[in-house]
Amino acid sequence: MQGLRKSYNVGQANEVEVLHGLDMTLGRSDFAALVGASGSGKSTLLNLIGLLDMPTAGELFLLGEPTRDMDDARRTALRGSAIGFVFQFHHLISAFSALENVLMPLMIAKGKPSDADIDLARGLLAEVGMDAFADRKSDQLSGGQQQRVAIARALVARPALLLADEPTGNLDSHSSEDVFALFRRSNEKFGCAVLLVTHDERLSSACDRVITLEDGRIVGNPPA
Amino acid sequence: MWIEWTLAIRFLREGRIQSALIVVGIAVGVAVIVFLTALITGLQANIINRTLGTQAHIKVEMPDEVNRVVATAEGVVQLLLETRRAQRLRSISNWQQVRDALDGLAGVTAVSPIVSGPAFARRGEAVESVALVGIDIDRYTKIIPLQEDIIAGRLRVGSGNAVIGSQLARDLGMSVGDKLRLDAGDGRDSVVTVAGIFELGVRELDARYVYLDMKQTQSLLNLPGAATVIDITVRNIFGASEVASRIARLTGLKAESWMQTNEQLMNALDSQRLSTQLISLFVAVSVALGIASVLFVSVIQRTREIGILRAMGITRRQMLGVFLVQGGIFGLIGSLVGGVVGVGLVWVFNEFGSNLFYIPVNPILLVGSSLLATITGIISAAIPAGRAARMDPVQAIRHV
Repeated sequence: MQGLRKSYNVGQANEVEVLHGLDMTLGRSDFAALVGASGSGKSTLLNLIGLLDMPTAGELFLLGEPTRDMDDARRTALRGSAIGFVFQFHHLISAFSALENVLMPLMIAKGKPSDADIDLARGLLAEVGMDAFADRKSDQLSGGQQQRVAIARALVARPALLLADEPTGNLDSHSSEDVFALFRRSNEKFGCAVLLVTHDERLSSACDRVITLEDGRIVGNPPA
Repeated sequence: MWIEWTLAIRFLREGRIQSALIVVGIAVGVAVIVFLTALITGLQANIINRTLGTQAHIKVEMPDEVNRVVATAEGVVQLLLETRRAQRLRSISNWQQVRDALDGLAGVTAVSPIVSGPAFARRGEAVESVALVGIDIDRYTKIIPLQEDIIAGRLRVGSGNAVIGSQLARDLGMSVGDKLRLDAGDGRDSVVTVAGIFELGVRELDARYVYLDMKQTQSLLNLPGAATVIDITVRNIFGASEVASRIARLTGLKAESWMQTNEQLMNALDSQRLSTQLISLFVAVSVALGIASVLFVSVIQRTREIGILRAMGITRRQMLGVFLVQGGIFGLIGSLVGGVVGVGLVWVFNEFGSNLFYIPVNPILLVGSSLLATITGIISAAIPAGRAARMDPVQAIRHV
């Protein structure tokens, strides 16, 4: 990203700039933590990288492509194919089973899932240790189990980048370690870059790289 | 569209009670519309049938006689005091040719020349004023199926025979085979045999009509070879006015359709139809608002799920589709249930109701109302669906 800025309430009296021109590169196989005090702009940055929000200025390249001038349909398509999301509150779709939730990104992109898609999704559920719960509805799963399903879902479209916003914030320490290990494995096994937003110093120190945000600026990070 | 349908159906199934309630709401609305429309259609068809059972669709007569005003020279002011002329009984000129021409006119199903005029019917001391109607029986029964209304004797009008109404028969104490003296004034009278008695169900007609053949009537009324009226039926009864004005242009005669003769009735029917349509419209609007509000609640409830779906790559258009499909499904299922209930109500009415008349159910009404309800569902879903599509994914995901 080059000179990335984000302001809220643009053009109004209460306009605030949250990110003050960020330059950063995330490599294809990076395993990075994004840390900072609350209000430092972590979530805003994550939303920008995830193409959920638009920067006020600057440019964001995803897989070498500039994204600023894309229309909503292209951004949505790129988001679906290149980025996997894991949120603090797992966010499974409650009307669907665990397996269907994992398949959801594929179903959105292609329609009715093929047998190969279903095999892939079952494989990912096995990978996160949830193969026994494939047909359970999400409200019949514990928080840690839901988060595992959410990770499998984030991986199903073979994204280049996995974004996680406080993925363990809602879990006990034992489950947290399990989930963290899963991100590690995804990074190694599927070769996708991982960017974790976390408050947990034990987790961030276990990452290869730590990006620290302070008042909307990156501090103390040697550009990779 | 697969993902839209899948999401829509799963969402509906998950909110089962909500879905069931709105479907019942739509069903009640559709049932009311179906029943009301069938009822009014049946009622109106019945009224029109009864009216036209004793009436031709179009009556053709000679134009009224008017005073001729002598033309004055340019620049002369003319003051005119006019007394309208009395209309004497006249024959339609060249009625045979007119009859033949009308026989070939498009949309006309039957043509019957009639000669009619006033007379007195006497029996002993009793006198009743009557209307003599001289008919060509083969042609006339195609217009008014008199043979179906004979309650005594036979429908025979030639050679000294007459058919009279039941009320007249009661008033004069007559039965089949009795002799009746008809007096048309100016010393023209004749004695006829009552061959049959009819009952049309309209008191005025049953008390006054005396059917004879044309020849007897012509000589009683002193109009040899005449026809005073030509009765016509047409294929499309609501197109009668157009046919009438075409006939008037074609022949120069006065042609009046049943709609003009029964203006008050037509007025009543029109306002009845209008009020039915208004009621249907209001019911449809409240059903549409019901669908919209249920979907609005659903969109709010699913804000977070919409956000996550957007993050996973669902487009705004697909999100719009999910909720439009839900609206359409509500409309379709609700109207199918409502159609069945509506037909059930009609059946109950026909089976256990007053039996005054029968309500037919037009399948087009059912198909039409389902189609309309489905479209209404989709349209009412537009606002909530648009809201779901416009949702900002960032805020939607943070929504608690």
